[in-house]
Amino acid sequence: MKITIEITYLIASVLFILGIKYLGSPKTARKGNLFAAIGMFLAIAATLFDKQVLTFEWIIIGALIGSIAGVIMAFKTPMTGMPQMVGMLNGFGGGASILVALSEYFKKNPNYPVNTGLPFDLPIDQGIAIILSILIGGVTFTGSMIAFGKLQGIVTGKVVKYPFQHTMNALLFLGVIAAGVYVVMFPAMINIVLIISVVSLILGVLLVLPIGGADMPVAISLLNSYSGLAGSMTGFVLGNNVLIIAGALVGASGIILTMIMCKGMNRSLMNVVLGGWANAGSTSATSSTTSPKGDVKSIDSEELAMLLDSVSSVIIVPGYGMAVGQAQHAVRDLVNILEKKGIKVRFAIHPVAGRMPGHMNVLLAEAQVSYDKLFAMEDINDDFNNTDVVIVIGANDVVNPAARHDESSPIFGMPILNVDYAKTVIINKRSMNAGYAGIDNELFFYPNALMYFGDSKDAITKLVNEIKNL
Amino acid sequence: MEEYFFLMHVYVFALAIFVGFELITKVPPTLHTPLMSGSNAISGITIVGAILSAGLEQFTISTILGLIAVAFAMINVIGGFLVTDRMLKMFKKK
Repeated sequence: MKITIEITYLIASVLFILGIKYLGSPKTARKGNLFAAIGMFLAIAATLFDKQVLTFEWIIIGALIGSIAGVIMAFKTPMTGMPQMVGMLNGFGGGASILVALSEYFKKNPNYPVNTGLPFDLPIDQGIAIILSILIGGVTFTGSMIAFGKLQGIVTGKVVKYPFQHTMNALLFLGVIAAGVYVVMFPAMINIVLIISVVSLILGVLLVLPIGGADMPVAISLLNSYSGLAGSMTGFVLGNNVLIIAGALVGASGIILTMIMCKGMNRSLMNVVLGGWANAGSTSATSSTTSPKGDVKSIDSEELAMLLDSVSSVIIVPGYGMAVGQAQHAVRDLVNILEKKGIKVRFAIHPVAGRMPGHMNVLLAEAQVSYDKLFAMEDINDDFNNTDVVIVIGANDVVNPAARHDESSPIFGMPILNVDYAKTVIINKRSMNAGYAGIDNELFFYPNALMYFGDSKDAITKLVNEIKNL
Repeated sequence: MEEYFFLMHVYVFALAIFVGFELITKVPPTLHTPLMSGSNAISGITIVGAILSAGLEQFTISTILGLIAVAFAMINVIGGFLVTDRMLKMFKKK
């Protein structure tokens, strides 16, 4: 029996690896997801035959509750709510890890629930794995719940600063490590294990709270990685390779996405984790006083429709504003009507547009925009020069030319979309308010820039109607 | 042999990290969101540990922790795979 279970775990591991491999191309991605799901099914089925598993009612109850909640979440969450959903799923993964680690600790402790007076010798490797599982799982659980709250608007999306932030977090972290070493040496200390658990949960809250809304792509990716690592640590606790492999794959995936997101903002991971545009706090104040003066020109829907009537190429730059305004379907209508006029329409997508990696792509896919029209920054940035009109919808900092030349700007050095190189730039925004970085966008004052004010959905719908009426 | 088990697991972990890096650097930005939700579902593999706890013969605190862990991990697994499929169904090239 044992050998059959082990071989099934091996097959599951291979299916996970193949699944992730196939997830790498739009053509095979669905198959990849299916492979991974089959792997998971096999792993669960094999575990049910483990000789440790003797009662099934609690497993069935837990699985039923989880399945129902999972199905509801998967089908009821709108595409605009995907960042929250992924944030929450990360959290459940971490939560499961801390619970399993604690459960294993109690299982191995011969003096629980009744004191048998037996000595409790926990092998060092298992002790370390249990402590790390608790720490990473706990941080992932509460950290993800805070991230969920921020994305859902329950918790403030602003950068939250509190007194002695970094000192306190560092002390708590070191405290957990010290207590962990102590538990590894004296495993019978149940109270210390519980304290470690509580402090880990608190650390998750404290670490994610300072991270601002627009930095969420980094936070979500990092928590994704943690949820994988937590799974791996649980694998070490159980001595089970399928957990170690699956967790490591997810951990690696999350780290890669985190690095891509950080690169997209030209910031170090440390800088994001510490909260806001931390090193730019003082300079942002001065840069707003020296903001570029000049005239802002605006355009209404009728004029814009006429302008678009005579062009041959358009690039649309979507940002978080498109997601907030749920404008993706209106944007699709705009693409269709422009293409009917023989205009070449493409999308330019900045790596950190939106609130999670690939956020814009999912929204546009939902609106049935073909994915071969969506271009990553490095693939389209040289084409703005020979483009007639760029329409920026709800994006701000990622198109601010100050990032290229203004060394005093907090976003200096961040890679941006070169929208200002196009003949005309239309910027759809609700108001002249500054973007996430809290700085004015000099693009709005450029001679080739025209502001098209309004809520993204209303404004684009109105524009489509005007084009129809031409 | 027994004392080398841990080392064997570290081997597996290190190699799996490398496999993960190799596979995922090739994923195009368009698929980043489904990649996250799909990998998220895979991290629900913790359910294996949860089942081993919830299925113990005797009802103890480990059973209760295991029961909650099974529910958590199952949300991860079911929610993750289904939502990923729902998203991927929409990715079309016309």
